[in-house]
Amino acid sequence: MNLPVSEIGRNSVPVDAAPAIEVQNLVKAFYDVAGDRITLATTDVNFTVRRGEFVCIVGPSGCGKTTVLRILAGLEQLLSGHVRIDSTTPPAMVFQEASVLPWLTVAQNVAFPLSLKGVPRQKQRERVSELLALTGLTDFADARPHQLSGGMKQRVSVARALVDDRDILLMDEPFGALDEQTRLTLQQELLRIWERTGKTVVFITHSVDEALTLADRVLVMSPRPGTIVADLAVPFGRPRDVVEMRRDKRFWDLTYEVWRLLATSPER
Amino acid sequence: MTTAHPSLSPEEIERLKAPARRENIYRILSFFSPLLLLLIWEVAAQAALIDRRFFPPPSAIAGTAWQMIVSLELFEHIGATLRRVAVGYAMGAIPGVLLGLILGLSTRIRRVLGPIFAALYPVPKIAILPLILLIFGVGDASKFVVIAIGVFFLMFYNTLGGVMQIPQIYLDVARNAGATKFQTFRRIALPSAMPSIFTGLKLAAGSSYIIIAAAEFLGARSGVGFFIWASWQTFAVSRMFVGIVVISVMGYLTILALEALERRFVPWAKH
Repeated sequence: MNLPVSEIGRNSVPVDAAPAIEVQNLVKAFYDVAGDRITLATTDVNFTVRRGEFVCIVGPSGCGKTTVLRILAGLEQLLSGHVRIDSTTPPAMVFQEASVLPWLTVAQNVAFPLSLKGVPRQKQRERVSELLALTGLTDFADARPHQLSGGMKQRVSVARALVDDRDILLMDEPFGALDEQTRLTLQQELLRIWERTGKTVVFITHSVDEALTLADRVLVMSPRPGTIVADLAVPFGRPRDVVEMRRDKRFWDLTYEVWRLLATSPER
Repeated sequence: MTTAHPSLSPEEIERLKAPARRENIYRILSFFSPLLLLLIWEVAAQAALIDRRFFPPPSAIAGTAWQMIVSLELFEHIGATLRRVAVGYAMGAIPGVLLGLILGLSTRIRRVLGPIFAALYPVPKIAILPLILLIFGVGDASKFVVIAIGVFFLMFYNTLGGVMQIPQIYLDVARNAGATKFQTFRRIALPSAMPSIFTGLKLAAGSSYIIIAAAEFLGARSGVGFFIWASWQTFAVSRMFVGIVVISVMGYLTILALEALERRFVPWAKH
């Protein structure tokens, strides 16, 4: 399943190109009619993501990180501020929980975005089998979601998000519900896939460990109302070995640094 | 029947299988228990422990049924009832499902039109039968309409409930994948609501037979309901029982057929 490292095709875009994602002074609030109460979810969120970059947003639960991602995906409206997405295709999303459609087989789930666009069947089949191979699901093509483990279901979600080859991939704690071994395996495979495809990725997690394992840059968010309190570069090169990098002292120094930021960021 | 296993002794295998075997015995007993009731009835009627005028023995009812089968009389009535139920059922179920899907997906349409259905739903279908007979006459049209009305509401509310329970994440997936409104309707709402639609179809089948029996009592020249009513008028109690059994079996078989369809079309739901 491991592909030769020489196939890496990322960083082909110049660094000074326009950022893929630009978020300025983003404010999002919710209004609860029954209690006549306003909840400020995020306030003054600013960040940019370069083309081909892998950025993790880490923050405590309820800090509004999922809300930020949903706004980027166009699933939610912002209250004020600006979001600019520089891409010819809308961002693809990998959701938090099992978002695999239970009435479709694995292959049909992966093909779903293509079938909506009316891509010819033969083309769909070819593309789907490519992605099933990429995500290690070839043997499960005709399985129904209820027959799959949590890890397998998330592989299906990832394959579906990649199938129509959009530039930007938004991932909302996709491995949050998985056990640690499965999680590590999927992280490694995600890195492998990303290194081959060169997508721009924004990955939400509450796990500091996961953020450092995956990202080029880690954005740390404060508790609600969430804002970005730190923007840290992760010094590890590519390709990465998710197990080996845990022997590196810098990994633990950074872990400490992020934890310190999370622990001291003011509760507002 | 004995299964071998390399690391288990025959005794252990026996013990492992015992619960499943007991389960089988109960399955067989559950099949025979209704027959036992018939047997008690037969004996009680033959021994004159119960009034034979009201409860003729099952053997006598079976004899009457046999005569009616041979003379093909029974099939005419079954055919008439089945046709009315089938047409009325389709007339009610199709708009019920479509409107359930539309109101389920659109909060705005639901707010505006929802109260109309809520106001009409509690009207007993049998209570409006005379009105329907007045409008559509005593022919088949009035039967179709009264069944359609009954079926419509069950299908509408079950579909609506099914659509409103769609996990938001499925709708998000569709939106992120670039689905149009119609695609969301057809590819997400309809399959999500399928288990509830089948629950509705089964409930509606049961209530169709209740409604058709009553409708055929009042204004019909054929059908199992008519036949039960006519038997009452001539005090032909055995024939009456034949009618009751026939319409019950028709309802039962309809539901079995729907369950088979459900397993075929909703293979992902728990059965």
